[in-house]
Amino acid sequence: MTDTITAPAQPRTVDARGSYCPGPLMELIRAIRESAPGQVIAVYSSDSGSRTDIPKWVEKAGHRLIEVTPRDGYDEIVVEKTH
Amino acid sequence: MKRILILGGGVGGTLTANLLARKLRQRVKAGEVTITVVDQTGKHVYQPGFMYIAMGGERADKLQRPERGLLDSRVTLVVGEVESVDPATQTVSLVDGLPLSYDYLVLATGSRIVPEAIEHFDTEAEHFYTAEAALELRKALDSFTGGRIVIGIAGMPYKCPPAPLEVAFLIEAELRQRGLRDKTELHFCSPIGRAFTIESVSEMATPILEAKGIELHTFFNVEAIDADRHVVQSLEGEELPYELLILVPPHKGQQFLMDSGLAPAPGGWLPTDRATLQVGGRPDIFALGDATDLPLSKAGSTAHFEAPVVTERIVAAVEGRTVDHKHGDYLGKVMCFFEIGDGKGTLLQFDYTHPPRPPKPNQLWHLGKIVFNKTYWHTVPKGRV
Repeated sequence: MTDTITAPAQPRTVDARGSYCPGPLMELIRAIRESAPGQVIAVYSSDSGSRTDIPKWVEKAGHRLIEVTPRDGYDEIVVEKTH
Repeated sequence: MKRILILGGGVGGTLTANLLARKLRQRVKAGEVTITVVDQTGKHVYQPGFMYIAMGGERADKLQRPERGLLDSRVTLVVGEVESVDPATQTVSLVDGLPLSYDYLVLATGSRIVPEAIEHFDTEAEHFYTAEAALELRKALDSFTGGRIVIGIAGMPYKCPPAPLEVAFLIEAELRQRGLRDKTELHFCSPIGRAFTIESVSEMATPILEAKGIELHTFFNVEAIDADRHVVQSLEGEELPYELLILVPPHKGQQFLMDSGLAPAPGGWLPTDRATLQVGGRPDIFALGDATDLPLSKAGSTAHFEAPVVTERIVAAVEGRTVDHKHGDYLGKVMCFFEIGDGKGTLLQFDYTHPPRPPKPNQLWHLGKIVFNKTYWHTVPKGRV
């Protein structure tokens, strides 16, 4: 018997910089809906509101916030779809 | 000979074809360039009018016209269903017809609704994303005598982000006029943590929701319908009972784009460069309108402002010159009207770097929307605005 090692899923990038409508959270929800559990999604957002509204939704929906990293003019918010 | 092939006869495809025909008229006349539009039905449908079939006495037959009549006479129209695109051989196959070759391909193939993706949607929920469904919603409202109305969004992305909120406002106004308001609970389910994605619009809309007695449920992304209990459930784990359920159906890109390897499953949205509108880095394929994966409103307005960019890029390539970036880079411009009911509206206008600052709602913007809807046929597809 051979053990199979599964490589971590490649993060999916959602570039929502400059998105006012539908906005970065809506883009994340779309990506979550389209992904399988275990998928890691990195959202780029230039809307400072995403720093609070994305973590709030992630908590409410029961997914996992991995990190929020300030970049040059935007934030990178990394989330794992857990279920 | 350069062959320009445009798939889709909606706002984006029609306007791009007409702009190209105007800019390249001498080359078309000389037989150096052909411009062809492929459309599945040959009928151009003004989809923003569907909401008014349900809410404003609009008629479906007023919302469509023959595509041929909207196209410049220098553009060839092929009515047919696309089966596949082969980027390697620059060929498009039709279900019933000869294959078409291209040098430049424009994918203006829009989005499609997939209500069947949610079990019981067809029997339990109403919507307004086709003329037929909007008429059914009108009938449901006509026979409604009171109870709980739940308005929600059952998929992301979807066409016209403000539409469900507009419908909530318009239904509330109608019920008040019909004397049914005190017999009705109205519930609006927002996918995010506020009433609308644009914060300034949300700040404007939230007091209106409160004043109209529409209960706002935040972080409620419709996931499933329990038909036995007449309950709608969210992916966040909450549920709401309803007597009348109005849902934005899930949307997808076209299946043939996924089958052709141009757009990833399951969404089917084309990976599109936000400035050049090129698909997947290919210099000969462009996308605009709903078909793209850009983080922008899926709305005719987006296609309207993208069409000149695609046109400039193709014209520059045909003429063998560099792109004029003033016209050939898309900056994310979108502009649309927003109804709030009681004959008032406002205007949302923004781009990648400028957030919207909607004016205070008034009758002018409502009338602006009505006039725009009525004059659409003579303006947008023909490139007059």
